[in-house]
Amino acid sequence: MKKGGLLALSLAIATVALIVIGCVWPVQAALPFIIQKTLLTSSSTPEAAVQNLGQEIQAHNWAKAYESFANKAQFTEPEFELDLTGYTTNLRTYSTLDHFKAWPLHASADEADIRLELDWATVVGTSVMTRDLHVVRTGDHWNVNWPLTKQPIVPPQVIAVNYLRWDVIYRGAGDDWGAQDVNAPSVRIIDMHPVQRADGVVVMGELLNDDVVPAYVSMSAILQAKDKSPIAKEEAFDKISHVLLPKQITPFLIQFPDVRLSQVGSIDMKPFSILVPASADPVIAIDNEKFNPSPNASLTGQLINQSGQVVNVAHVLGTLYDKSGQLVWVVDQYVDSALLPQTPVAFNIQIPDDIAKKVSTERTVVATFSFGGLL
Amino acid sequence: MKAILTLLTAGLLLAKLQAAGGQEQTLNLPKSIEAGSAFSIEHSGGGEGTLYIIGPSQVLKRDVKAEGAVYFPARSLYDAGHYIVILTQASGTKSGSFDVAPISAPDKLSFFANPSRLPIGVKNGITGAVYVFDAYGNLITAPTAVSFELTSPTGGIQKDHATTSIGRAWTEMDSTSQQGSGKFVAQVGELKSERIIRQVPGDPCTLKMNAQQAGQQVQLQTEPVRDCSGNAIPDGTIVTFTETYAGGQSTVDVPLKRDVAQVKLPLHSGAKFTVASGVVLGNQIGWQK
Repeated sequence: MKKGGLLALSLAIATVALIVIGCVWPVQAALPFIIQKTLLTSSSTPEAAVQNLGQEIQAHNWAKAYESFANKAQFTEPEFELDLTGYTTNLRTYSTLDHFKAWPLHASADEADIRLELDWATVVGTSVMTRDLHVVRTGDHWNVNWPLTKQPIVPPQVIAVNYLRWDVIYRGAGDDWGAQDVNAPSVRIIDMHPVQRADGVVVMGELLNDDVVPAYVSMSAILQAKDKSPIAKEEAFDKISHVLLPKQITPFLIQFPDVRLSQVGSIDMKPFSILVPASADPVIAIDNEKFNPSPNASLTGQLINQSGQVVNVAHVLGTLYDKSGQLVWVVDQYVDSALLPQTPVAFNIQIPDDIAKKVSTERTVVATFSFGGLL
Repeated sequence: MKAILTLLTAGLLLAKLQAAGGQEQTLNLPKSIEAGSAFSIEHSGGGEGTLYIIGPSQVLKRDVKAEGAVYFPARSLYDAGHYIVILTQASGTKSGSFDVAPISAPDKLSFFANPSRLPIGVKNGITGAVYVFDAYGNLITAPTAVSFELTSPTGGIQKDHATTSIGRAWTEMDSTSQQGSGKFVAQVGELKSERIIRQVPGDPCTLKMNAQQAGQQVQLQTEPVRDCSGNAIPDGTIVTFTETYAGGQSTVDVPLKRDVAQVKLPLHSGAKFTVASGVVLGNQIGWQK
């Protein structure tokens, strides 16, 4: 009993001590939530004004952020909030602002331009949003002019969609063991290429749905030593377009960290496919697709949703080839805004400079997801 | 698990039999009976007792009189296999065994046809395996004649005959050059089992598109896409149109609809248009404004 009491007392003292330490010396991520008011400094400089704005966005304090704008008469507070979280459900809708950075571009006595980079934490990784802010002096303090991105307006219309849709009926659970079932789609690896990178081995290639039905696909690989013993097994995870319509091709990229190519004797590729219900709609056009060489090499373009259905999440996968048509790299990016019908949305995917030197041509595919829709 | 318990029970009873030692008892058993048929077991000597019949998945127990026959009506034993019979009486025990064989008349076929879907023109691409069972689900191990028949979408028929070995027979057939659903039938006597095999077109044979200006865009449209046997490639198949121009390109993956794929792409002077489906490349069109 005495021991129990002593333990309880110790735990209580430790808890109080930790609370005090947490409040006096909070970690960076907790600052906006714990001592938000004292953290905000006076907007006596352009940098301080932008810093305060970043903290208010991080704390979801939309009202206070809106009140600080010099141009708030041009839009409403809900419009400002939707500008950041998305007018239509998308990746950003369920994200939080992990951190932000600001650096001055230009400054004078009464106005300044500051670039604000907002790094949002989404379910598929960090999504970076950059806004160039114009900050103006008003008396003894500075206010930000928020560059509101207006919601694209899709004119009222009826878009007839009559693309094919596939439904699947599998054999029933109670069927006899000899009852007929439907086979998984036939898929084929049409290209495969291992390369050594600084952080390990990368296996990339292309997978074709060779069948007449849609397939949900994934790809895994086992690196084997010269004596056939397994070294490592990895999957492409999201470096692949998982739903392939008939004769559609996806690139894939599998990373093996901390493995040397010289250790590898052979690679056991394991494509996997199952039959899934799917729709041939929506059709996404990739317009103005362009490879921009080094420095700051990138693959840019615009996605145009040619259908009437809103695409909530779009995943762009770029396959890069050298002059001889050999696959040299696979890049990808999630587009953080929804694709509205007939409305272009830009993408910009960075390419490692050493890879960019080899790139001659590219091919881009888009995987899409719509809430409430089929795969 | 059931079989292990059954064997344990049999073992215990046999142990008791060994302990009791032999006495003047007789037990007349059939050598073999057909599954589900009525049968009787005669015994004499030893007084009243209990008769056990223990098989792969069935155990029967009957009280017996001093002597006479124990009658078992039809459907008493229906699982094929080897059965042990043990008679326990006050004077001792007696044992024997007999077999329950499947009914010779087939009642059910389990027919495995694979694949459910394959391209046209594949030699030995379709396999069929059949297992023959009696009315009680026992595999009929006696050789049984089986016929296979594959009817193609155009009405052509491929036939094969086989005799079962340990209850199963199999065959291989070719897919035909016409797409459609084929009917694959396995038959034993009057008993039939049917499966549907879908024969689908192969890769596009020739992929050709035409281009036409439509305002500030170019309308690209393929001719009806067919395989090398003239079968229409199924709707939903992806056709990729690519426009390459100075400084960039545009790409669209378009599903076939009513045998053709079409798309509108922005018009650029000096653009080059290409079309492909899977690994098949089509024609190329150069465009001068």
